[in-house]
Amino acid sequence: MSSSSLFNVTMIVYMVSTCIFFAFLASRNKTIGALGTYAALFGFLVQGAAIGLRWKESYDMGHGHAPLSNLFESVVFFSWTIVMIFLFIDFKYKYRAIGFFVMPFALFGMAWAQLSLDSNIEPLVPALQSNWLMYHVITCFLGYAAFAVACGISIMFLIREQLEQGGGNAQAGGLLSMFPSIKILDDLNYKAIMIGFPLLTLGIVTGAAWANYAWGTYWSWDPKETWSLIVWFVYAAFLHARITRGWVGRRAAILSVVGFAATIFCYLGVNLFLSGLHSYGK
Amino acid sequence: MTTNKRGFAQEVWDFFCSLKLSIFLLIGLALVSIIGTVIQQGPQREYLATLSETKIKLYSSLGFFDMYHSWWFILLLYLLTLNLICCSIKRLPRVWKVVSEPVKVMDDNFEKSLSNVKEFKLKGSKEELKDRMASFLKAEFAEPVITEQGGEYHLFAQKHPWCRLGVYVVHLSIIIVFIGALIGSFFGYKAYVNIPEGGSVSQVQTNSGKVIDLGFDVRCEKFSVSFYDTGAPKEFKSILSVSDKGQPVAGLQHIPIIVNDPLTYKGITFYQSSYGQSDEGVAYYISVRNRNGGQPVKLKARQGERLALPGGAFVSVMEATMDVRPFMRGFDGPGAQVEYTPAGGNPQPFVILSDKYESFNAQHGGDLILTFDGMDQKFFTGLQVAKDPGVWVVWFGCFLMVVGICMAFFMSHKRVWARVTDKGVTLGGSASKNPTGFEIAFDELVEKLNKL
Ligand code: HEM
Repeated sequence: MSSSSLFNVTMIVYMVSTCIFFAFLASRNKTIGALGTYAALFGFLVQGAAIGLRWKESYDMGHGHAPLSNLFESVVFFSWTIVMIFLFIDFKYKYRAIGFFVMPFALFGMAWAQLSLDSNIEPLVPALQSNWLMYHVITCFLGYAAFAVACGISIMFLIREQLEQGGGNAQAGGLLSMFPSIKILDDLNYKAIMIGFPLLTLGIVTGAAWANYAWGTYWSWDPKETWSLIVWFVYAAFLHARITRGWVGRRAAILSVVGFAATIFCYLGVNLFLSGLHSYGK
Repeated sequence: MTTNKRGFAQEVWDFFCSLKLSIFLLIGLALVSIIGTVIQQGPQREYLATLSETKIKLYSSLGFFDMYHSWWFILLLYLLTLNLICCSIKRLPRVWKVVSEPVKVMDDNFEKSLSNVKEFKLKGSKEELKDRMASFLKAEFAEPVITEQGGEYHLFAQKHPWCRLGVYVVHLSIIIVFIGALIGSFFGYKAYVNIPEGGSVSQVQTNSGKVIDLGFDVRCEKFSVSFYDTGAPKEFKSILSVSDKGQPVAGLQHIPIIVNDPLTYKGITFYQSSYGQSDEGVAYYISVRNRNGGQPVKLKARQGERLALPGGAFVSVMEATMDVRPFMRGFDGPGAQVEYTPAGGNPQPFVILSDKYESFNAQHGGDLILTFDGMDQKFFTGLQVAKDPGVWVVWFGCFLMVVGICMAFFMSHKRVWARVTDKGVTLGGSASKNPTGFEIAFDELVEKLNKL
């Protein structure tokens, strides 16, 4: 069994999980909801094994390193962390409907990685030969993943609010009945960001520590660094906005979606559109 | 008049205490920070050539080419700091009071403000009940303080009161990071230096162009670069030695430094950053042989030298490397870009490789076959040099920030009160975070008390 075929299995399982969650919304059957979660959990375990296997494969090739070094590996890891954070929130709060709004992020990541990214295991260039790489990437991506989950929850919030305001026709009302209430969605959004914010902070700090260790400046306003700070500012604004009244609910949900858009730009846009130090070996 | 003045001062104070200002500043900083990621900072000539005259004028007058050090960006950061300090000054005393002078007595009014309250009818005198409750709370929650008031006993117990200060730890940490950055910018520098193999330096030039005396000498004994089979670089390595006042420094002789593994002496750190070939004293070795057979002739050429070949042709070496893998896929070993001028003909540029690639080399050169045997190559190493006495302050700030965030998010100040009378006990509780979680814990407490 190679890691590549396990990644294919993962992708299919995530697709199945997404479909089950849709069936759950349509049927309102609790067992189906639990099935969706178990499918996600199975995919998560398979993917974890695949990532471990790829790690071992890189050692077999003679230049062993953690599978976190290029775009393919980071997208795969990102989708894995999204499922991890989703499962954490799912087991803690048991609002299954969230799965339908979060698993597609993980599915999309896996599909993109498997179908169009270069999956060769390359040796590490000198700049990446450091343990800091692991600390930095893991904390950043766990943070990003929590923001992805928050974004999915916020989208649910906005849909539910929109439908409720429109009076809600019967069919939409049927789908809605499986959505957590507005108040709970708002709270879950906050909880997901409460997981993401400390992790992003740690990600920025470990990045700064690494930069300082590798070239003597902990902060050089490189576009990637600056964008991570932008993301950090947006979520800091989110946290403070909650303390003043009038910024919960709709505005908070929008801020969370904007924050995730900034996160994605920080992760991909900077590499595709701007130049700098973090260009995944290109 | 005085009231007017006070009114104005009050307004300024309120302005700087407002959370609306914080949100505005945070989002504002996020938005303006984008500018500097789109417009090149410290722009290169090639980049400036793509911009129109008016744009260049506009951008430089707004400070967009060094945005993060422009007066208005720094001003925004100072406003953020001021906002932070004012807000904390305003709120901290109130929070401090909650921490240091807890409400120890649950009276009726206070009881109504709590969302978790439970009454128990228990037998026994209030003295007896008081002692039982005290040991119960101590075992199940935290050691209580007992107050007697109005013929009733009041017990108060709390957990993690100081986590209420988490927010202020975070805010303080931001200020500490700023202080660290300021120390670095006033008392430190970033510089860059090239040292040829065998050479040494005692001065470096900072990024702003100032020449700085290190106060000691750094010598580059050797530089080497190695590649993976794919041609990607594997390792850049400089061997450095430090000497102070002419004396070699013990423990800092022939130290290999690579990317991600720098060398530090007297607070100044040297980072492997780049390298290049030093042109001085390079010698290229070329063999020439007639296509129709015969012994090869070995020749040696200097940089820029036009070498006369048998039969009246000339060759000069433009560029060379000891390892062509990064430049030509599928080939390895030494290679040179040469300019070959046949007798009476025009110069022809082409590449020659080692004798391993005989047929490749035979594609050019008329009657002659040229082979590149290698070179005596001298590198220089490019080192980033940094001194930053503020960096430990920054790390301390970062550490506090993470601790503070965890205190603010994941810890909760939990309080439990018990009012003991002859008729029984009233239990009340509250928590600063996670009300549902606390409700569960409170219900468990009630459950256990029922069984008592
Ligand atoms: C303009 C500057 C800022 C001001 C005036 C400000 C003010 C405040 C205030 C008044 C609170 C609420 C305290 C309370 O609940 O008693 C708060 C909470 C908080 N602040 Fe700030 N803040 C600022 C910047 C920041 C920044 C840049 C961060 C980045 C880490 C930050 C992190 C936090 C956190 C984590 C909380 C706790 C939020 C929560 O419990 O949900 N603050 N801030």
